[in-house]
Amino acid sequence: MSSDNGTRMTGATSLVKSLEHAGVEVMFGIPGGAILPAYDPIFDSPIRHILVRHEQGAGHAATGYAQATGRVGVCIATSGPGATNLVTPLADAQMDSVPLVAITGQVASAAIGTDAFQEADIRGITMPVTKHNYLITDPRDIPRAIAEAFHIASTGRPGAVLVDIAKDALQHQTEFQWPDSISLAGYNPVTVPDSQAVRDAAALIAQSHNPVLYVGGGVIKANAHKELMQLAQLTGAPVVTTLMARGAFPDSHHQHLGMPGMHGTVAAVTALQKADLLITLGARFDDRVTGKLSSFAPHAKVIHADIDPAEIGKNRVADIALVGDLANTITALIPAIQAEFKKSQPDLTAWWTQVNSYRERFPLGYDHPADGTLSPQFVIERLGKIAGPEAIFVAGVGQHQMWASQFINYENPRTWLNSGGLGTMGYSVPAAMGAKVGAPDKVVWAIDGDGCFQMTNQELVTCAINKIPIKVAIINNESLGMVRQWQTLFYNERYSNTDLHSKRIPDFAKLAEAMGCVGLRCESRDDVDRTIAQAMEINDQPVVVDFSVHRDAMVWPMVAAGTSNDDIVVARSLAPIWDSQEL
Amino acid sequence: MTTNTHTHTLSVLVENSPGVLARIASLFSRRGYNIDSLAVGPTEDDNISRMTIVINVEGHALEQVIQQLDKLVNVISITQLDPITSVQRELLLVKVSTTPESRSQVLETVQLFRAKVVDVAQDAVTIEATGNSEKIEALLRVLEPYGIKELVQSGLVAMSRGMQPKSAGR
Repeated sequence: MSSDNGTRMTGATSLVKSLEHAGVEVMFGIPGGAILPAYDPIFDSPIRHILVRHEQGAGHAATGYAQATGRVGVCIATSGPGATNLVTPLADAQMDSVPLVAITGQVASAAIGTDAFQEADIRGITMPVTKHNYLITDPRDIPRAIAEAFHIASTGRPGAVLVDIAKDALQHQTEFQWPDSISLAGYNPVTVPDSQAVRDAAALIAQSHNPVLYVGGGVIKANAHKELMQLAQLTGAPVVTTLMARGAFPDSHHQHLGMPGMHGTVAAVTALQKADLLITLGARFDDRVTGKLSSFAPHAKVIHADIDPAEIGKNRVADIALVGDLANTITALIPAIQAEFKKSQPDLTAWWTQVNSYRERFPLGYDHPADGTLSPQFVIERLGKIAGPEAIFVAGVGQHQMWASQFINYENPRTWLNSGGLGTMGYSVPAAMGAKVGAPDKVVWAIDGDGCFQMTNQELVTCAINKIPIKVAIINNESLGMVRQWQTLFYNERYSNTDLHSKRIPDFAKLAEAMGCVGLRCESRDDVDRTIAQAMEINDQPVVVDFSVHRDAMVWPMVAAGTSNDDIVVARSLAPIWDSQEL
Repeated sequence: MTTNTHTHTLSVLVENSPGVLARIASLFSRRGYNIDSLAVGPTEDDNISRMTIVINVEGHALEQVIQQLDKLVNVISITQLDPITSVQRELLLVKVSTTPESRSQVLETVQLFRAKVVDVAQDAVTIEATGNSEKIEALLRVLEPYGIKELVQSGLVAMSRGMQPKSAGR
């Protein structure tokens, strides 16, 4: 491909050639005035372009693709509104450390700053929500900017990069020159941890009698799940996986206590609270995990391993910082711990007795509604069982997201996709589309709420036309369910503006049919398995199942926002009663 | 600008490219860091600019500021400058009211502070002074009783003493 070097071509062709050189196989986008020059060479390119129905869909699809494959996701849009519609997915990808490159057209360089038609300062707008961004006005700069964008997006802590290109830079002639190497004076991520810190960490682990492996999404980003398994087996420590890390460690493994945090298991939350050591791997002490920070894991020393040095000590002071790629870090830790264990290995029997008692006394659970209506947790549990651990599940944001993280067993990384940091309602359908494009041989289930679904379901049209047969389970409780839950608990059951009436309008099955999908409905417990099986058999078309569920179901356990994890509530007004020696 | 234990001077080398100042300002604003003063200017290398940033944060937060700044791709290096091992200067222009009686006292103050008179009018003198924050503050305290009509002050610029600065950047 380097034979392109030195060839005369337009900036637009140079852009498309650059994307090809960067290894792009697919991109999601919509053309428009300023980006139009680029769409002409796209027409001839081997890169598959999927024409979406809204730029937000393009962004989340690129994110879903990246999350499912580990590759860089690419989206493309025009200037002004096309670009501003990408802001939410850019912020979403950046928060969840997803490698994403967004290409936008910009008005001609002479018109920049004149409030020209469809002009928006997208570089300025996206500065706080991207890892880096570019405004290109000279066609010669295009290949280097694209090469750098992919390098920055995919290395270190992955993130979102935007490249905004003025229309005249796309139109003018240039000589194509793909850079041989990338050297950025201000960007040199540390990938190998300090060896002294590794030895110190190993020594701390060898002294700990109540350790917990606190595993975050970084383990999946670093493809370090195998190394994590070795570390877990070596230390014998309990493992918790955050919302972003579900699938990094098999749920079926006996050391796994589940998810910590606001809606985590009592065992995971309480093990962190009682721990004397947190072995933190690619997690960031998010407020949804720590609860009230000052009361989080009060007895624990902290080993914090992360590729982003700014995460160390941001929320919780670390006793030992391990800055580096997690696969490298864990690989370095293992022999260091083995050496320490030869001298002395702590006995975790008492700790396991304690932790197991939380697990046995407070398992995750739910009730079937007394009125015979469908339990949302049951629907999601059956979806997980029937689709199996090889399927990819993509959630929206809200109650259904929490239930999907709680009641589906994840055995493999990159099988659970969701918007954890930004909490973007509407993520599910387009992200599922992107995941299915990246992993066409896998079953992809979008598990969505009726509120979320109504934000981005237009991408089902894209799926139907482009033969992207995703499956969508709408957990329809005719409400903005999580908001309603908070109104139930904290606003005296005053349900201000959370009733969506979506069992009446729209008719989701008909809507699905109108968009070229198969629309199914399920209202009773007896029909759940049969309906899921029916959906599983349709593989040439997208399927949407409207599961009409009980609206008053709530997500438990719960640590109310701003309170201590010690105040976890297992069900409404039901806090665990601890024996005095446990406190 | 009072120097206290929470005030820190960062010398930041950045790529001389459009939008860099906006990135840094945006970062400080977004993360809620307070800038006491900011000075930007060219360096011996055309491709690189130097920013001298004075911030007011407590010990632990300083490390966060440095780490977050260092994440910006256009930021090449960050050096924390200790007031003892660095030269730190501000520039002050101040217009002071004078009467025939007070003028000589004002001029004496100018001499004592090794400042300069750069403009004289019937009822005012304009004084130029450079120095560290303490000196500038002290000068202003002495001049204040005469009546300060107008005042402009630059951000702090600073450079480490000796040969090479030690970089806190990675």
